[in-house]
Amino acid sequence: MKVQNNKAWFMVLPVLVLVAISAIIPLMTVVNYSVQDTFGNNEFFWVGMEWFQEILASERFHNALMRTLLFSGLILAIEIPLGIAVALAMPRRGIGVSVCLVLMALPLLIPWNVVGTIWQVFGRVDIGLLGHTLASLGIDYNYTQDTLDAWLTLIAMDVWHWTSLVVLLCYSGLAAIPEVYYQAARIDGASRWAIFRYIQLPKIKRVLVIALLLRFMDSFMIYTEPFVVTGGGPGNATTFLSIDLVQMAIGQFDLGPAAAMSLIYFLIILLVSWVFYTVMTIDDNEEQSASAKGRS
Amino acid sequence: MATIKLQGIAHSYNDKSAGIIKPADYAVNSLNQCWQDGGAYALLGPSGCGKTTLLNIISGLIKPTEGRILFDDVDVTDLIPEQRNIAQVFQFPVVYDTMTVAENLAFPLRNRGMAAAEIESRVKTVLSMLGLDSRADSRARSLNADDKQKISLGRGLVRTDVKAILFDEPLTVIDPHLKWQLRTELKKIHQQFKHTMIYVTHDQTEALTFADKVIVMHEGSIVQIGTPQQLFEQPGHTFVGKFIGSPGMNVLPCQIEGSEVLIGGIRINLQRTINNTGEKFEIGVRPEHIQLSAETGMSVEVVAIEDVGRHVILRARLEGIEINIIVSEGVAIPESPKVIFDIDKINLYANDYRVADNN
Repeated sequence: MKVQNNKAWFMVLPVLVLVAISAIIPLMTVVNYSVQDTFGNNEFFWVGMEWFQEILASERFHNALMRTLLFSGLILAIEIPLGIAVALAMPRRGIGVSVCLVLMALPLLIPWNVVGTIWQVFGRVDIGLLGHTLASLGIDYNYTQDTLDAWLTLIAMDVWHWTSLVVLLCYSGLAAIPEVYYQAARIDGASRWAIFRYIQLPKIKRVLVIALLLRFMDSFMIYTEPFVVTGGGPGNATTFLSIDLVQMAIGQFDLGPAAAMSLIYFLIILLVSWVFYTVMTIDDNEEQSASAKGRS
Repeated sequence: MATIKLQGIAHSYNDKSAGIIKPADYAVNSLNQCWQDGGAYALLGPSGCGKTTLLNIISGLIKPTEGRILFDDVDVTDLIPEQRNIAQVFQFPVVYDTMTVAENLAFPLRNRGMAAAEIESRVKTVLSMLGLDSRADSRARSLNADDKQKISLGRGLVRTDVKAILFDEPLTVIDPHLKWQLRTELKKIHQQFKHTMIYVTHDQTEALTFADKVIVMHEGSIVQIGTPQQLFEQPGHTFVGKFIGSPGMNVLPCQIEGSEVLIGGIRINLQRTINNTGEKFEIGVRPEHIQLSAETGMSVEVVAIEDVGRHVILRARLEGIEINIIVSEGVAIPESPKVIFDIDKINLYANDYRVADNN
């Protein structure tokens, strides 16, 4: 029999301990809350799947989930194409490259609550540059009272904040394409669109998957910025899952339902990310199995 | 297909507007060259001698700093690659990943707006020509490097009236045992379709087996154009002599006295009249053209003996200059060897350029 060398486990032990403290134990606490009810005094009662059933059936949860999905869908539909377009338009050499990269990186370096505050002030009708300008142009804009205005403000803010990430990822992907592909395309008489469709897009696909995943997960979990700008309002118009969750857990102190909702929230992100990743990497897997077959 | 003419082509990668370009900045310099319709040419030279630059100038990927380029006497200097209708195969195979093999071949035709039926028939022809029929519907990226390189070539062959096919070291990433096979196929395609082919390489075997005419480049200039035999027997420049052959030609500095050359204390009568112009004289003699003898000839001092299989390379010192001598296998090397140069195989060089025979 082959002698197993288990020394490696000692090497990974410190990491396991860290991960346990930082992730697994808190997660288990949430699991623990989600199947119990409490009336204070540290007394807990087993309720089983009740909270999950309640959350999944509640209209409040459905609405928040729909709002969050809509928000993620919209910002992905804007940020991904816009990011690609900006990356394509960026200079490839010279001083322009550094200038562009620095400008692009700036929004990414600003703390999230500061971004929220910037846009909160920016959009105010009385003193904000954006709000005031729109008002003086005769446009009835008020993100604290109008649902559409609130949504437009949040989407504009997220696009401003995060498109750079997509740009930087795409730019790195584009920069890695060997010059010879463009030369071959010129010899073959390819149009600008054909070059994008058959050379650039396939070559940046991998980084695009990363960009899409990051932007989906981030936007689906968005909390700080809308909390600062709209606080979930007007009414519940911008109450995304995260804001709803915090209201439930800290505002109402419904620990059980909040824990159940957290887990459902987590599983949705996991599921959607998995679906995205699987769909977008289908080709690679095909290729791998094809070349494996070719070798055998 | 076309006859391609270069007129005073020069190119520098430094921006001309930045100031006057120094001669050393030119990647290629004052080239005048005519490529006959249907010829198979090889551009041979070491890395960095300007081969690829010249190729890109012909295909239109680079616009030369100076000079004009003509296809069948039509000036194409300002035309883009697509309009020039040139095919180019690069060092690293370029395939369009998301397309199938057949779609890859159809791509240049689609870009030119050819009718679907005609595209299909042309693609089919090229697929069978390259022996890729069975892979027509495979994803191009799942192929091996050599098949990918065939696709690169196929995208050139598929086009009607392609003016010339340019190869930029196309066998670099191909497995050695397939190189020979692919080269043979290229040769076959050339004989069948008579495309003008220009093949860039730094490998002399590749160049000499592929081409009818070999153009040797050195530091941005063409130093010799000739058949493989001419390059071997009458290298036009000491560089060509050293670059071609294994080992290269022996080049020995000498002085001229009438019809005799002096190498140190040794006199060799070349038995021809010599134009005594120029400052620096050298004679070149191939290791193959030196005979070994025990009695007569010039004494040499043996430095090393290398057995390379087919023959033995004797490295020796003649008047302090190291020379290589190829000795057939089985020939015994004498204790104190003497050498004799084949007089009619000696080339004389003045300032590195070959002095023409005038007898």
